[in-house]
Amino acid sequence: MATAAAPADERVRSVGIVSILLARPEIGAIIGAILVWIVFAIWAGGSGFLTLNGTATYLEVAAQVGIVASAVALLMIAGEFDLSVGSMIGAAGMVVAVGIGELGLPVWLAVLLAFAFALAIGFLNGYLVVRTRLPSFIVTLGTLFILRGLTIGITRALTGRTQVGGLAEAIAADPISPIFTADIGPFPVSILWWIGLALLATFVLLRTSFGNWIFGSGGSAIAARNVGVPVSRVKIVLFMATAASAALLAVIQVLTVGSGDVLRGSDKEFEAIITAVIGGTLLTGGYGSAIGAVFGALTLGITKQGIVFAGIPGDWYLAFLGVLLLAAVIVNNYIRQRATMTRH
Amino acid sequence: MTNENGAPLIEARDLTKYFGSVVALHGVSLSVRAGEVLCLLGDNGAGKSTLIKILSGVHPPDEGHILVDGEEVVLGSPRDALQRGIATVYQDLAMIPLLSISRNFFLGAEPVSGFGPFKTFDVRQADRVTRTALKQMGIDLRDTSQPVGTLSGGERQSVAIARAIHFGAKVVILDEPTSALGVKEAAVVLRFIATARDTGVGVILITHNINHAFPVGDRFTILDRGTSKGTFDKADLTPGQLLELMGGGAELEEIQHELEEIAGSRPDPPLPPTGYVSQHT
Repeated sequence: MATAAAPADERVRSVGIVSILLARPEIGAIIGAILVWIVFAIWAGGSGFLTLNGTATYLEVAAQVGIVASAVALLMIAGEFDLSVGSMIGAAGMVVAVGIGELGLPVWLAVLLAFAFALAIGFLNGYLVVRTRLPSFIVTLGTLFILRGLTIGITRALTGRTQVGGLAEAIAADPISPIFTADIGPFPVSILWWIGLALLATFVLLRTSFGNWIFGSGGSAIAARNVGVPVSRVKIVLFMATAASAALLAVIQVLTVGSGDVLRGSDKEFEAIITAVIGGTLLTGGYGSAIGAVFGALTLGITKQGIVFAGIPGDWYLAFLGVLLLAAVIVNNYIRQRATMTRH
Repeated sequence: MTNENGAPLIEARDLTKYFGSVVALHGVSLSVRAGEVLCLLGDNGAGKSTLIKILSGVHPPDEGHILVDGEEVVLGSPRDALQRGIATVYQDLAMIPLLSISRNFFLGAEPVSGFGPFKTFDVRQADRVTRTALKQMGIDLRDTSQPVGTLSGGERQSVAIARAIHFGAKVVILDEPTSALGVKEAAVVLRFIATARDTGVGVILITHNINHAFPVGDRFTILDRGTSKGTFDKADLTPGQLLELMGGGAELEEIQHELEEIAGSRPDPPLPPTGYVSQHT
């Protein structure tokens, strides 16, 4: 970054482009996404993977995990986990479905209620974590089960079922529905939400004070507090962000499909964490990237749909996912060591 | 950086602190003037940490007064102390290793431009300011966009101190800044402390290493089991007397005696057999 004011320092060895790229957290995810794409382009290119519609299917799957993963990546960089996002998808979806189908609320009000509910639960998660100083892994593991259990219990008590359908008419009649359900050619609007949120997360992380506080809170909460960073506030806000992102995905799903299911979003918490990790975010916090999470989500989407296009039974997807996760962690570990190597 | 009335930058009078039934600190006084290094010496458990926690606003004292620029103040929180120009740099907890030097430098005080929700953190500006600010204070770094983890321990401490001064600290409290460092790295930090002092900052240096304290210290306050054993000017002391005051001198002498006794009572090692040539010379 040599400018006229600060001429190049002779002690800064001009390093190759490869070394510069390797110092970025997201580089592994970008290479990974390209590799996975090439593999399936060769393997399944003849069966529609490369068509516009094929592209739309894997981008939609990527968008579903990516919407949540943007927020989850920021929270992980701040040093915390949110395992409750999967249950939150089910719970917020049911707020929308029951609100429209059983209570007869207008769509916009049901959507607003779902977001309000998510923000409240997110605040509770964050407050519990900073107040009790317990690991967020445990606290949100608790809310994972509480939310899922309450969703199933309350839905069955109210409706006698675990699925609430028949919402299509009300959804079609509401002017705000297209914000969540429209298609642009073969591409669902959820892809735009995903890209928009990822850009927002990247901007916040790299170009705002709050972003610097996120890095600080995760890198060393005590050091950050010592210089005046409101660590607790940062964490609570991010827990609210992950819950809200889960609610957004739930709204998109329920309004698109026209029904809600209490089991929606199962395992999404793990997919979101895996996506963030593939994207270069450290499990221990303090380091990571929202752009990386975009490519992590892309990798997941390409793999999930590529397997289908290649004619392999979907049963194999989880095994692929596990291998991707391990490979990503090993690569990230190497990259981080390079980044912090002492140079004299 | 001197105040009109010539009062010390910070002065503590008869500070006492209890933790339950434990008397952590009893009637301790000290003061630091601009351009002066006060060394706070004492063994583990002497009350050094309690004292700096009071001065940096973490704990309120149970008795006694704190004066900043000659006026009595209550330091309600670390932030409060910081606003009055009292900054504390903790040994391991000063910097975040994975974050870049300039992001660390501005953490909690980021320069922003723009309005409302469009306020952006100008990273390039931060890089530039960090570079010049450090250079002015005699720290010439290679590249401030590198992670702090790439700095040596001494550089890290120096940058942390420079940051405190850059953001307006008049008094810098350094908690054992050299204890985890090697000889060369400790020298880097000590030299930087002297540079900082010459700019008119008051420094409180906490250490239990006399070899580190003596070269940079102007005055020495010795704590022992929660009470002050007095404050001494450098001119009135030798390092040996200082060690003795800390209570370490007598004990080291005792140990030396004991070791000599053990050596004296032990039979001489058997002579090697004739013709044996020692491999280790």
